Amino acid sequence: MREKLVLVGNGMAGMRTLEELLTIAPDKYDITVFGAEPYGNYNRILLSPVLAGEKTVDQIMINDLDWYAERDITLHAGKEVVTLNRARRQVITADGTTVPYDRLLLATGSQPFMIPIPGNDLSGVITFRDIQDVHAMLDAARAGKKHAVVIGGGLLGLEAANGLMKQGMEVTVVHLLDVLMERQLDIEAAAMLRASLEERGLRFLMGAQTVAILGDERVKGVRFKDGLEIPADLVVMAVGIRPNTDLAKQSKIHCERGIVVNDTMQTYDPRIYAVGECVQHRGQTYGLVAPLWEQARVCANHLARYGISRYRGSVTSTKLKVTGIDLFSAGNFSGGPDCDEIVLRDQARGVYKKLVVKDNRVQGAVMYGDTIDGNWYFQLLRENTDVSGFRDSILFGQAHLGDAGHGGNNVLAMADEAEICGCNGVCKGAIVKAITTQKLFTLEEVRAHTKASASCGSCTGLVEQLLTAMLGDYSKTPKEKPLCPCTEYSHDHVRKTIREQHLTRLRAVFDFLEWKTPDGCHSCRPALNFYLIATWPSEAKDDSQSRFINERVHANIQKDGTYSVVPRMWGGLTNPKELRAIADVADKFQIPTVKVTGGQRIDLLGVKKEDLPKVWADLNAAGMVSGHAYGKSLRTVKTCVGSDWCRFGTQDSTGLGVKLEKMTWGSWTPHKFKMAVSGCPRNCAEATIKDFGVVCVDSGYELHVGGNGGIKLRGTELLCKVATEEEAMEYAGAFMQLYREEGRYLERTAPWLERVGLAYVKRHIVEDGEGRKALHQRFLASQQYAQVDPWAERASGRVDAHEFQPLRQVG
Amino acid sequence: MHDWHEIGALDDIPRLGSRVVQTPHGDVAVFRAADDQVFALRDRCPHKGGPLSQGIVHGHRVTCPLHNWVLELASGEAVAPDEGCATHYPVRQENGRVWLGLNNVVSLATATRETA
Repeated sequence: MREKLVLVGNGMAGMRTLEELLTIAPDKYDITVFGAEPYGNYNRILLSPVLAGEKTVDQIMINDLDWYAERDITLHAGKEVVTLNRARRQVITADGTTVPYDRLLLATGSQPFMIPIPGNDLSGVITFRDIQDVHAMLDAARAGKKHAVVIGGGLLGLEAANGLMKQGMEVTVVHLLDVLMERQLDIEAAAMLRASLEERGLRFLMGAQTVAILGDERVKGVRFKDGLEIPADLVVMAVGIRPNTDLAKQSKIHCERGIVVNDTMQTYDPRIYAVGECVQHRGQTYGLVAPLWEQARVCANHLARYGISRYRGSVTSTKLKVTGIDLFSAGNFSGGPDCDEIVLRDQARGVYKKLVVKDNRVQGAVMYGDTIDGNWYFQLLRENTDVSGFRDSILFGQAHLGDAGHGGNNVLAMADEAEICGCNGVCKGAIVKAITTQKLFTLEEVRAHTKASASCGSCTGLVEQLLTAMLGDYSKTPKEKPLCPCTEYSHDHVRKTIREQHLTRLRAVFDFLEWKTPDGCHSCRPALNFYLIATWPSEAKDDSQSRFINERVHANIQKDGTYSVVPRMWGGLTNPKELRAIADVADKFQIPTVKVTGGQRIDLLGVKKEDLPKVWADLNAAGMVSGHAYGKSLRTVKTCVGSDWCRFGTQDSTGLGVKLEKMTWGSWTPHKFKMAVSGCPRNCAEATIKDFGVVCVDSGYELHVGGNGGIKLRGTELLCKVATEEEAMEYAGAFMQLYREEGRYLERTAPWLERVGLAYVKRHIVEDGEGRKALHQRFLASQQYAQVDPWAERASGRVDAHEFQPLRQVG
Repeated sequence: MHDWHEIGALDDIPRLGSRVVQTPHGDVAVFRAADDQVFALRDRCPHKGGPLSQGIVHGHRVTCPLHNWVLELASGEAVAPDEGCATHYPVRQENGRVWLGLNNVVSLATATRETA
């Protein structure tokens, strides 16, 4: 018999937990849901657009009644749970219904706070919390009521005021302090917001304390401490929310401000969990949606008995959902000791941006008028990124990094037919439609349904912006993203475990970290295989079935299932013998296309798989080896001709390039790794868009790192300058090794460098001489096992022969 | 009706890997899961014709090497939200030998379509 799970509270947090639970353990529980409101589950944070007439109630429903029926969930809508009998494990409703539980989930949410003043119970005094409140407001507006007073100039109050104004009422916002949204805005941004709302017709009474609501049965006016009275046909109280803990308190479950839970979302009664606004976790309560999502995920994991996920609290960001007003706030925006403020103010454009920075790390942000980069700043904040490298231009936004493959950066201003994902040809309209009709909430869901952002990922920011614009801040994922759906653990955690526990086999990782799938998936297996061989080069066994096909057969699969073959040309040098061998191979195996690559080599395209070993044997015979053009590995070292020939050349760039390539070929890296050596600052080898680039100067060698010519064009950053070739080689090896040890799988050096900061890399490579030598030594040590030509092994027929021959021919 | 063909030993197929059997109606990918169950699908992804035999096998699924569609080995069905299906063929194991069942009538029809 299945265990019984009862959910009290049919709101967003509780239902999200159920949805997560149903995905990972669909058959574990018989589920019963109690909701006080007589509807299915709806998106509460979209009530403001409903009030403003921009959306209908139907449009904000997440799960209608059929949804519950289809999943065999018993829904008691409109039934209030009044007590729990914890000894007998039963919930009891107002009408006497008794339902037993094995596990109970409390998601009772919060209640709006009513100021305890005379008249707060009059008809026409309401809060802004649920669909009923919205109906009451809409009814008042339609009945021709004129004056609305909103008490509370916070997020919710302003959204209510804006909605009422749009419904034709004259609205006065009353706020106790002089600063609107003081929990999210500084004085400057608050003043700009107020000016812009006044321009739209809202009136403000600042620093006003309400002492009474006037009227007999129905509200007629509001009186303030200074004696002022203003007329009112409708009063909306939006001064804050309180966790709804009545049921828990009455059942003697430990509560403080909210129901106290631990990092697994468990209350003091181990059979009872709680999520959402009713919860107090590590002393914090949350009223925004993103934290609820994270809590739901953790809670579902524990309800499913996986037991390997923890909630560690959330950093939150806020956006005001008032159409036409762009406002963003996150973290600590008021600064403090040792904090710097970086400010941009453009009065004419109505733009204000402030970042609070401490030790070159973003602590908080307030933005008004131009919030396109809000998500980016928030990401920098959550990931604690060192911004010293781009601090001087940080306020100009992420746009200066230059995304390729799609139209622009302001997704909201784009037309529906504007293409957002250049890889898969997905336009904005298609994504919007999928989000609306398929009820998508997360980036992963959008990727799965539309393929947008699912290939190269360069449009991820745009898709996240769209999600945020349409749904509020849903797409916030926990700081530590799981490596893939097979686990809750992040890349960094998995790596650390592999190192500390001395794990050398995939099976050991799956077992030790309790993988949810029997043998992983196409995302985690290649990552784990890399982590194992990079961490334990002499012990781990390369698992070819965990490699992507290109690395398994050492050639690049093409769209028609044939392969391309690129022999290595050291430093871009070749000779008549090699060229003859390439020409002969192309003739002999009827290779349809021969092309010069961007990395100074020759690509043979359209080779049949069964011909690969024979092609390699012929190339090997002329002295050529694999160019690893197919791998997450060292690709090429591009060079210019340097001082041997060039009248400007300052050093032997070709020679250094060859040496670098001889040292580094064959090494596996988190993502592809490209190098170049230019013989003078004219930089003909384009060294400043490579992962590691050397620019020779008369006095030595400039070493540049973290460049990228691909999706995001990114110039390198200067690591340092060295005097000799030997030093350049040592720095190159050390840099590659640091990246191999710390970069996440499929993370190029550019995003890695942005994540950890150039200062971090300098500390390890430039400032710490001992550390650099140790890194370089570790690199050379692992090369002993890596520098075996995979083509020669396979051309001999002794390795992986099964890859290249059909099993049988029948019929 | 199925014609059964002996195609080789179980150990000729790597665990979590695949081999190709060439048939008159096109290539068939024969997969071996970690639990030694064997499955056979037409070696063409329903998406853009990628060779499924070259994909990564995990659980009872395979990921196409071209665009990461994931297909169920037992049914050939694409895992939601992708939609599509690769033809699947019956497989039998006897004394460490693997047999593949090819349906004459349907296969011929497929073959005709392919040449057309």
